[in-house]
Amino acid sequence: MNDTFAGWLQVLVLVVALALSFRPLGDYMAHILTTTRHLWAERLIYKAGGVHGDADQKWSVYLRSVLAFSLVSVLFLYAFLRLQNHLLLSVGMQAVPPDQSFNTAASFVTNTNWQSYSGESAIGHLVQMAGLAVQNFVSAAMGIAVVAALVRGFTRKKTDQLGNFWVDLTRIVVRLLLPVSLVFAIVLVAAGTVQNFHGVNDIITISGGHQRLTGGPVASQEAIKEFGTNGGGLYNANSAHPFESPNAFTNLIEIYLLLVISFSLPRTFGKMVGDHRQGYAIVAVMALIWAASVAIVTANELHSVSSAAGHAAGGMMEGKEARFGIWSSALFAVSTTLTSCGAVNSFHDSYTPGGGGMTIFNMMLGEIAPGGTGSGLYGILILAIVAVFVAGLMVGRTPEYLGKKLRGQEMKYASLYILTTPAVVLTGAGLAMAFPDERAAMLNSGPHGFSEVLYAFTSAANNNGSAFAGLSVNTVWYNTTLGLAMIVGRFLPMVFVLALAGSLAQQQPVPVTAGTLPTHRPQFVGLLTGVVLIVVGLTYFPALALGPVAESLEGLR
Amino acid sequence: MSTTGVPAPAPPTGPSAGLQRHRVSGGLLDPKQLLRSFPDALRKLDPRTMVHNPVMFVVEVGAVLTTLSAIKTPSVFAWVITAWLWLTSVFANLAEAVAEGRGKAQAETLRRTKTTTMARRLAGWQPGTADAVEEEVPGAGLRLGDHVVVEAGQIIPGDGDVVEGVASVDESAITGESAPVIRESGGDRSAVTGGTKVLSDRIIVKITSKPGETFIDRMIALVEGAARQKTPNEIALNILLASLTIVFLIAVVTLQPFALFARAEQSLVVLVALVVALIPTTIGALLSAIGIAGNVLAMSGRAVEAAGDVNTLLLDKTGTITLGNRQAAAFLPVEGVTTEELADASQLSSIADETPEGRSIVVLAKQQYALRGRSEGELAQAEFVPFTAQSRMSGVDLEDLREVRSLRKGAATAVMRWVRDNGGHPTADVGHLVDGISASGGTPLVVGEVIRPPDAQAAARVLGVIHLKDVVKEGMHERFDELRRMGIKTVMITGDNPLTARAIAQEAGVDDFLAEATPEDKMALIRREQQGGKLVAMTGDGTNDAPALAQADVGVAMNTGTSAAKEAGNMVDLDSNPTKLIEVVEIGKQLLITRGALTTFSIANDVAKYFAIIPAMFAGVYPGLDKLNIMRLHSPTSAISSAIAFNALIIVALIPLALRGVRYRPSSAAKLLSRNIWMYGLGGLILPFLGIKLLDLVIQFIPGLR
Repeated sequence: MNDTFAGWLQVLVLVVALALSFRPLGDYMAHILTTTRHLWAERLIYKAGGVHGDADQKWSVYLRSVLAFSLVSVLFLYAFLRLQNHLLLSVGMQAVPPDQSFNTAASFVTNTNWQSYSGESAIGHLVQMAGLAVQNFVSAAMGIAVVAALVRGFTRKKTDQLGNFWVDLTRIVVRLLLPVSLVFAIVLVAAGTVQNFHGVNDIITISGGHQRLTGGPVASQEAIKEFGTNGGGLYNANSAHPFESPNAFTNLIEIYLLLVISFSLPRTFGKMVGDHRQGYAIVAVMALIWAASVAIVTANELHSVSSAAGHAAGGMMEGKEARFGIWSSALFAVSTTLTSCGAVNSFHDSYTPGGGGMTIFNMMLGEIAPGGTGSGLYGILILAIVAVFVAGLMVGRTPEYLGKKLRGQEMKYASLYILTTPAVVLTGAGLAMAFPDERAAMLNSGPHGFSEVLYAFTSAANNNGSAFAGLSVNTVWYNTTLGLAMIVGRFLPMVFVLALAGSLAQQQPVPVTAGTLPTHRPQFVGLLTGVVLIVVGLTYFPALALGPVAESLEGLR
Repeated sequence: MSTTGVPAPAPPTGPSAGLQRHRVSGGLLDPKQLLRSFPDALRKLDPRTMVHNPVMFVVEVGAVLTTLSAIKTPSVFAWVITAWLWLTSVFANLAEAVAEGRGKAQAETLRRTKTTTMARRLAGWQPGTADAVEEEVPGAGLRLGDHVVVEAGQIIPGDGDVVEGVASVDESAITGESAPVIRESGGDRSAVTGGTKVLSDRIIVKITSKPGETFIDRMIALVEGAARQKTPNEIALNILLASLTIVFLIAVVTLQPFALFARAEQSLVVLVALVVALIPTTIGALLSAIGIAGNVLAMSGRAVEAAGDVNTLLLDKTGTITLGNRQAAAFLPVEGVTTEELADASQLSSIADETPEGRSIVVLAKQQYALRGRSEGELAQAEFVPFTAQSRMSGVDLEDLREVRSLRKGAATAVMRWVRDNGGHPTADVGHLVDGISASGGTPLVVGEVIRPPDAQAAARVLGVIHLKDVVKEGMHERFDELRRMGIKTVMITGDNPLTARAIAQEAGVDDFLAEATPEDKMALIRREQQGGKLVAMTGDGTNDAPALAQADVGVAMNTGTSAAKEAGNMVDLDSNPTKLIEVVEIGKQLLITRGALTTFSIANDVAKYFAIIPAMFAGVYPGLDKLNIMRLHSPTSAISSAIAFNALIIVALIPLALRGVRYRPSSAAKLLSRNIWMYGLGGLILPFLGIKLLDLVIQFIPGLR
């Protein structure tokens, strides 16, 4: 089987698997988010937490629950990291320094999983399992909970009730994330991923050198790391590490897992709003962007190689695992940067300027194709609102989406949402470039060095968490600013999404007529794709021009 | 034509003439108007005014910054950019000033009519009394409830209702329509407007408005824009534009550290130029100039926007869907009578009938059977029997030497009784004809005859039936089809019985009808539609329409209507043409489409500007970026100057479009969207590439601009 055939085959297998999951998973999630029945396990949790399972919340209360839960999570995780040397199963790891603890706590609570540490040499097993892994579950669930509230804003009328955050959170964890992660952890173990409590093992390699290998509960982490679009691995090398993902099969499983919730959520959306076609339109936009991105990165890595070694290898193999090859690496890189996952199986820093630039651009799109769990859907729905607003005017009506009017208030929240992430990315990168010390953290000079910094802030503010590599980010400055970028980039948009949901829920829906802008046709798919690309393109073009664009055009000269 | 037996409907006259394929559009822009508005545009550069428009305020701040920079380190390039930036600000103000200038001219005319009116107040006037004391007071001194007398040649001093008399009034000051209108006490034509002129007769008017709050006062405020508030959708759009502006500001401000790292520090002038090129100046400048065209006065911008959103149109049958009156459409004789005989008899019986129905019978007889009209004088021994509410028929008794011929024409039951009373027996086919006409929604008029020789008895007989029908205006069916394609449901409101209503509704092609409609029924219908979230528009002129006008989302009151109706509605049609309602919907849509189109155009423009400016900024350090200079612009300075010049000139170029509105053809939303995206999206993408390249061909020759 040659590389090209294998490459096409795995893309095909992946797409078929995602397509097969679309309906059942989407419908199941809709069921979880709308049913009135509680499981006994959930009732137990509600009782313990003093939660009224049947009481809905206003948007402001929902938001307060989100923020309070996250604040407690950050504080708890921070303390956990600072005190890990006193705890069980620390396998000899020291306390994590304050700035790095803050960065890591912020990172996992915000579903970013940016790692300024090397997992195998910094974090013990208990913190991994009871600290980081817990956040992997709840931060993913939180995204889905928030999008559920937004969708309820569309479906409900003349109410201020958007559902109950605690119920949504509990159900998503209990009924979706835990069981599926359990199944896939077992699958991964069966396929060769490590799962143990070993400490550091000294190994003598064939050539006689020493290598220190840390074991750990890898497979159980790995499943939720991908399924919840978290991305924070036990090892620094992340999914490139053979303990995490030993072979092409586990690699494909991981890609499937990190895409499947976000690609199925549009089905949930369509089901909840009572019109599956609306969901199909959204998923079509996601799929279109994803497919184009896969094509661009793969083509770049295969063909736009300038070095002789690259030509000999049949493509840009630097920074990629030989056992995955170019096709699998490109597929993973695109999928991980288009979701807010951020796990990596290769190093984007070593990609061709075109391919690496594309991974930055993917994140700049705002994690919407398909994006993080929940956050991808609410991100694209906000852009859909902007698209509908401008296009809706062009059909001669005051704009409406799914029967809800887009008035000043709705546009205020949508505008603030699309404003937030670029502001954080550009301000952060601007500051980093303005200070000489921070500039010095770059590995490379010239446009590539700038790309490293741009990548870091783009990754943090969009809650992706993948690293370009190359940039030394474990400094107090980067730990602090990137930590703040993650928090602002996660929660400020959530504030606007929930406020928007509250505003939408209070409206009386307007009936659909032939004069209403149809939002389920190919026309709208094209329109929304265009808006996504143009809005992002215009915002980031100057910055990109000085990084990847300059670099790749330079190469073509 | 004659073979069908049905005459072609008379060509529509009067207000309906304007209906034919008339599409909404504003006036063309007079270039002189641009010049006239120039001083206003300069005055508006005051930052306190500019700050209300965030996009253009940023441009002005940028212009100030480049001016300072150009003074500090003068260069041709800096001054060129500075000049263009100031021009951009002025052009934006010019758009607004032109829009306001139009209103000002109107307001000026209105004010002239208002100032010097003296009123002849009748102190202690009571209906029926003639001995009230008359006193001269200034028009502005009139109070609510005062009575004034106005005679031919005088100006009506304030808004009010005619309580005595009838007069023809020239309302051209408000409507621009020179044909006088009749105003009379009682009924729905009693309202008069201050500032209009009585042409004949004498009326007594009861003042219904406080001084300073008359209709003219409010109109002046509206057209001058003093009372113009931003509409909800304008606010929403402004928010989006402001946030785009902020995004681009951040993108450019943070570009400097990136540029420094690349060792390509940018001058303030270039950075300002980039910001101005990127922020949506086109729509930012033109938004306030996009207004409504047409002789409709909206009491709020909200109403105009609501008009674009309307789901259901309530249309009065009479005057909107049909020509005002029923017309004779066919003569249907009974067995044994020829059509010509019936037509002749019908004509004879209608000679003295001055009602529109009567006239139409004469016309039909002439058109179809070439029976020339006979005048009353021609028939020497004729005695005309006028129509009365009791007899419900009219006719003529013709007497010559041999016999007396009596003809009667009227309601079926009345004429049949008359025939029986005169010894006749209407045959069964009369009943069939009558029922057939009724079932088709028409009105049957039965024609009866008795020929009585002197001193002899003779039996009366029925000659036949005249088919009277409502004539649907030409082009209405197509119009309603268009509305349906636009997703708008039309409901015909009529006082007719359901049978008649259904027939006319079918013929006109409306979606639904409300027969035997009372004001309560109308109200209930509006409420029912609104419950489902639909927006309802209607027209009205009577006082009993007022509650429904107030309840409707878009209530267009006729200017000739009562003041209660005008108060209740949120728009007043100065032409008093009920068909305007359809146009109002189109105007609302056109307004919104223009906004959307210019926004799309404005944003799409940015792509070309990037391709002009980014290579100009950085190709020096990263020569690869010169590949982005696909327009092959002459030099960096020329490229940036051209982009900024294009940005300024496109505003002026689009002022007429903003004032007039984009072309609008009723069709489904999907089709409209496709059309506008291709036109303004793709056009906005391509046009600036051409424009900037052309400008560059000229600008590169500015001496000193490297």
